Amino acid sequence: MQGLEKKIKDRASELLQSGAVDGIIGWEKGQFEYDPTPAVFTKETGLDNLCYNNFCGANLSKYLVGKITSDKKFAVLLKPCDTYSMNQLITEHRVNRSNIYIIGIGCNGHLNVEKIKAQGISGITAVSASDDHVNISTIYGDSKLAKKEILLGKCEVCRGNVHVIFDELIGEELQTPKPDDRFEMVAKLEAMTAEERFKFWQGELSRCIRCNACRNACPACTCRVCVFDNGRSGIEAKANASEFEEQMFHIIRAFHVAARCTDCGECSRVCPENIPLHLLNRKYVKDINEFYGDYQAGDIAEQRNPLVNFGDDDIEPTTVSDKGGQK
Amino acid sequence: MKKIALAKIDSLLEAISKDMNLFAPVDNKSTVNYAEWKSGDVAVFDKMTVRSAKDAFFPQCENMSKFSRDQDNKIIIDKLETCDKDFVVMGVRGCDIKAIAVLDKVFLSEPVDTFYAARRDHSILISLSCSKPEETCFCTTFGIDPAQPKGDVEMYIVSDYAYFNTVTAKGEKLISSLNNLLENAKDSDIDSAKVATRDIMCKLPLHDVTTDGWGAGVLEEMFNRPEWEQLSSSCIGCGTCTYVCPTCQCYDIRDYNGSNGVTRYRCWDSCMKSDFTMMAHGNNRTTQLQRFRQRFMHKLVYSPANNDGEFSCVGCGRCVAKCPVSMNIVKVIKTMGGEKL
Repeated sequence: MQGLEKKIKDRASELLQSGAVDGIIGWEKGQFEYDPTPAVFTKETGLDNLCYNNFCGANLSKYLVGKITSDKKFAVLLKPCDTYSMNQLITEHRVNRSNIYIIGIGCNGHLNVEKIKAQGISGITAVSASDDHVNISTIYGDSKLAKKEILLGKCEVCRGNVHVIFDELIGEELQTPKPDDRFEMVAKLEAMTAEERFKFWQGELSRCIRCNACRNACPACTCRVCVFDNGRSGIEAKANASEFEEQMFHIIRAFHVAARCTDCGECSRVCPENIPLHLLNRKYVKDINEFYGDYQAGDIAEQRNPLVNFGDDDIEPTTVSDKGGQK
Repeated sequence: MKKIALAKIDSLLEAISKDMNLFAPVDNKSTVNYAEWKSGDVAVFDKMTVRSAKDAFFPQCENMSKFSRDQDNKIIIDKLETCDKDFVVMGVRGCDIKAIAVLDKVFLSEPVDTFYAARRDHSILISLSCSKPEETCFCTTFGIDPAQPKGDVEMYIVSDYAYFNTVTAKGEKLISSLNNLLENAKDSDIDSAKVATRDIMCKLPLHDVTTDGWGAGVLEEMFNRPEWEQLSSSCIGCGTCTYVCPTCQCYDIRDYNGSNGVTRYRCWDSCMKSDFTMMAHGNNRTTQLQRFRQRFMHKLVYSPANNDGEFSCVGCGRCVAKCPVSMNIVKVIKTMGGEKL
């Protein structure tokens, strides 16, 4: 990874120096190994702090949405899975492609510090990873964990090392993690009775604090004013009035991003209460695959998604409803 | 000093919760949060809670009054009752204890917030001495001693025992009611643990964070610093930092118009959000830079300027651990302030 970080820094330096771009959107080194912050680098001197380590899970594509009206050109570092979001943003005209230079960077899976802490590990001072293992030093002693056990949720179901859109690639030869079955948990939820499923979601969503981190990090949530922030919408809410309401917020959001969600996993990654929000979106992904044939949002720019693309052989919603969700 | 074997701690929690509501850090699947402890819940004292103890006094959402009409179409105003029963908050660390003092200054100053004041009057605080501070902790920056935080009762966990030291009359009353479950212990039993905690604090990665350069009297200079632009450019404008913060105290008051009249409620608000302090003319902070700056200026400049130098950050590290993009108060303090040399 260090070799790759150096290559990225060198290239970023060239791009800034030549004036090819006005800024580089990447990750800035944090105070610990595990807290790099998404940042815009506009000066070569700042590049010393550019970092690409095992904790750069954040999907940087959303930062381009705020730059749509800027006349400056930005380079952005995107991992393979992040490029699906970029394509989707281009499709929806939420970014200005001509002002974006996409550097696709290699990825071998990113780690979730929450999973490390869940093992009772705290006081972390250093983290180093090999292909299979991660060594963690703390002020209370050292630990060695299997990398597979502490991957980000999104990396457990990795879609592979192909960047679906890029202007250049760096380190694309890195091996991405071998994925688990992406729909395993969704299938488990489907197999539950309605009461069991309701209880599952009530248990998870009752922890929601309505911080809106899921919405704000989501590359598919790009409304200029969200309906939940709009005082004139009649449903603006700063807190959950009831358990029912907290479920509605998440379900409405999942509906709104259905067929546009690339399953990038940011919603679950950023949730401070570790709610597996991606499962709501993934249920729609699975349904769309089953009803309309396999579909991956963002794998091709400018494509129409099945929910807005009427066809004579489309499934009838009433049939699905009559059969309790079956085609 | 009294003690109980940790293996039997549930019997103590059971005894407390029989007569009063007990608010304690409870394991809620993948996170630990303060919640009303009920028989069968697992209380966790060695992990930081996601949300702070402020929830016990200043809940995220609460109803304040109800308006309806009687048969003659006259408006009836129901002022909802404030807390009138004693309750216990257990396992409150030094950072959260200090945070309550910060909140007291806001809510107990004139005009007194009656909802908050009633809860404070009826609360019995059992503070907890930290035994395993995390790398995100920096309470010592704000002069807090995590080894001996002051509650009505102080709680210490040393090897297989929980020790209780009563401090106030309220605390004495609680502990004496639990006497049949507790054994006598020596004051000196906890001394080495306190020393160990203080030693650990010096080894933590953030132990050298200092507030040098911040405080009252630097408003103009800090407000206009160019670094805000770079720092705020990472912020995604969610409310995580404000909601997990033990001292963030802003709220909004709204009316809910239901079929049986109107309920007036208040809920936490966040200066990070675009509709914060929305007025008829619009919002007075229109960019994320302004919102971001507001939060940190409040904690590190406005608060000390108005409260005899007291910062309204207590170094609990929750925002450090939970910010979705790892931008936080420590990065702000370090970028614009100074580190101890």
